[in-house]
Amino acid sequence: MHIEFSPEQQLLRDIVSRALREKSPATAVREQMASDRGYDPAVWQELCGDAGLAGVHLPEAYGGAGGGAVELGIVAEEMGRTLFCGPFLASAVMAGGALLEAANEADRAELLPGIATGATIATLVLDDLNSPVGVGGSIAATVDGVLSGTAAMVVDAHVADLLLVVAKGGSSLGLYAVEADASGLDIAPLEVVDQTRKLSRVTFSDTPSREIGQLTRQSLNRLWDRVCSALAHEMIGGAQHLFESTVAYTKQRFQFGRPIGSFQALKHRCADLLLEIELARAVTYHSARCLDAREGEPYAASMAKAAAADAYMSAARAAIQLRGGIGFTWENDTHLWFKRAKGSEVLFGTPAIHRERMMTLLESAA
Amino acid sequence: MTPEQIRREVSAWLDANWRVDRPLIEWRNLLLEAGWAAPHWPEEWYGRGFTLEQTVVVVEVFREMAAVPAAQVGPRGLASETILACGSDDQKRRFLRPILTGEHTWCQLFSEPGSGSDLAGLSTRAEFKDGNWILNGQKVWNTSAHHADFGLLVARTDWDVPKHQGISYFLLDMRQPGVEARPLRQMNGHQSFNEVFMTNAVVPPEDLIGGEGNGWHVAKTTLSFERRGFSRRVRGSTLDGPKQGPIYEEYEEELRIAAEPYTWYPQREGRVDLVLPRARETGAIADPATRQEIAKLICLHTGAKLASDSAEAKRKAGTTDIIPEGSIGKLAASVIARQASLVHTMISGADAMLSGPESAADGLIAEILVSVPAISIAGGTDEIQRNIISERVLGMPKGYRADQGPFRDIKRNA
Ligand SMILES: Cc1cc2nc3c(=O)[nH]c(=O)nc-3n(C[C@H](O)[C@H](O)[C@H](O)COP(=O)(O)OP(=O)(O)OC[C@H]3O[C@@H](n4cnc5c(N)ncnc54)[C@H](O)[C@@H]3O)c2cc1C
Repeated sequence: MHIEFSPEQQLLRDIVSRALREKSPATAVREQMASDRGYDPAVWQELCGDAGLAGVHLPEAYGGAGGGAVELGIVAEEMGRTLFCGPFLASAVMAGGALLEAANEADRAELLPGIATGATIATLVLDDLNSPVGVGGSIAATVDGVLSGTAAMVVDAHVADLLLVVAKGGSSLGLYAVEADASGLDIAPLEVVDQTRKLSRVTFSDTPSREIGQLTRQSLNRLWDRVCSALAHEMIGGAQHLFESTVAYTKQRFQFGRPIGSFQALKHRCADLLLEIELARAVTYHSARCLDAREGEPYAASMAKAAAADAYMSAARAAIQLRGGIGFTWENDTHLWFKRAKGSEVLFGTPAIHRERMMTLLESAA
Repeated sequence: MTPEQIRREVSAWLDANWRVDRPLIEWRNLLLEAGWAAPHWPEEWYGRGFTLEQTVVVVEVFREMAAVPAAQVGPRGLASETILACGSDDQKRRFLRPILTGEHTWCQLFSEPGSGSDLAGLSTRAEFKDGNWILNGQKVWNTSAHHADFGLLVARTDWDVPKHQGISYFLLDMRQPGVEARPLRQMNGHQSFNEVFMTNAVVPPEDLIGGEGNGWHVAKTTLSFERRGFSRRVRGSTLDGPKQGPIYEEYEEELRIAAEPYTWYPQREGRVDLVLPRARETGAIADPATRQEIAKLICLHTGAKLASDSAEAKRKAGTTDIIPEGSIGKLAASVIARQASLVHTMISGADAMLSGPESAADGLIAEILVSVPAISIAGGTDEIQRNIISERVLGMPKGYRADQGPFRDIKRNA
């Protein structure tokens, strides 16, 4: 397995990073998080459509760029760094991943190109966001694909054209496609801690749908791993931003006649944070390589999700603490990342759940 | 040369020359002449200018053919690398060969009772009198000093300049009346380190390395080798296959003495390898709280391994790396060792009270618990690594300094 990024991958990072710095400054993030939609369609079209970011990890046959989890991770990391507002996780990562893992060939060919070009906004409806083990308990499908049940939290459902639903059909799990204007579909936006990522409650009351594939426990797990690995990359990007801005702040802020960064308590906290982020970054990058090599991916993805979430929260706590009072204000941008860190920490499994999953996998392999 | 070419050449050479009835020193001299003693060194100094990967191939073939390699255990590597990097040709000629043949063992005489972290605050005195350097003072925590033939020693030669500028670096002959090493007992019961007293010890002028007043620069060279090697220290290589014959007896005896101070070193790193087998054996693997801590340990350990592989790859590719591998790697090793120690305690439960043969894994578990505290002190404490990372990597401002100006005027331990 390659340890380092190729020149092409490095170039991808540079381009994405430059574009996001320009298109997603904190002022734009604040504007979008306060809006109902939560993102700017023009920016979405430019970055995820024209520049092809939504399809970076999708096969060329479906209009994607033909990259893998590594390329997806690069984009997610850079988006996490700037807190990019847009349905990238929901549409490209979750729905795109679900189609790749579970949809029939014909449905993939029909649905993926829209996602790859950013023209379709899709999301994935899961009735459990804690662990793949619990998925399928609350939404049921009839043989004709009529859905009923509730998903308590769905990412970016309020802007989705297409909802891909994982539901229990008989004794197995199926993937069902629901149009946004389907009857019996209720999408109720929820009040959330992290306003840069919107959630809704989605209720199906005899909602018509089309079954587009079957999920095995294995493909559901693989889907979960893809999402967790991408989310871990996003978290590493956010952690890195907080870390850099915090270290910079300690060099400027003076107390007791000296920069606060000269106080050893703060230096040591920063050194420890650097170590924590570097180790989490290493296992996060590793998870993408494992997915692309189809080798030990559940274990690696859980390791990444647990480590990145802990590192992001450490960075977020330090970012506020080391700024003092200003760090606790609404006006200062730090809380935006703190809230993203908190939301990401628990989305798709808390660190404790992922550590338990690692151990279960380890024991079943032994 | 490709790995296959190296493999072929080493095997052919060993086929022609390796004999178990040769005396050890005679064998090692053959190795030196052939360039197999230190393949990563330059050709004029017993090497072949190999890269690390090429050297690894040589080591592998030696192990597979159960051929005894050049002497490696203990601080002799610090000595040879320092002399190779900073020594004169005359010093390289006199010292490198017996280090590789195993005739000379070495120790590191840096720390003093009054200066450990603040190495440059040392106060062992060296004065030039009647054509020789005369040394007086005390060193401490010096691993292997009780059996070493030579020591790497830093001493103060000028008290009227700022502290880093008045230091000189010496290659000290330990076998002389003016040098006395007394073993110290450690909290884990082992006696690896010593205190060393110099009373009018003599160093001839040709054994000053790097020039008078230049000792700090040479010391930094030694320290960088030490930190870099911390997570992947070369221990005595174990040889595959049956080992019958006189040369193995000599080799075993060498290892017995030279490796003895280091038998507990794997334990101070926390023995992550023992965690899962022990957890399964005791049934602790079923305990949810223990599972959480084991998984945390695995995340740290895997992350550190991947991060160091990636730093290594970057170093090879020549791309600049903002991360000084040494300090981050050393701090990571401490964090991992502490987490491993916590996990071993959870796994053992009340049995963690037992020690020696009463303790699990033939006493190893108890040894882990009382050896881990060393890893965050030896080779530069965790706090010092954090200072280095924050100031040199992150560029955070230095704090107030109380040790500027002539060394003579600086407050220090009585
Ligand atoms: C097992 C072992 C083997 C060793 N082998 C050798 C050897 O072979 N040769 C040799 O020369 N030495 C050896 N040492 C010595 C080792 O390098 C020193 O112990 C170490 O550098 C710390 O110095 P000290 O013991 O004087 O503690 P001190 O320097 O007095 O430190 C005491 C405490 O103060 C903290 N501190 C000191 N300065 C600062 C600062 N600027 N900022 C924040 N905190 C600070 C330290 O981190 C520590 O917590 C060995 C030590 C051990 C434990």
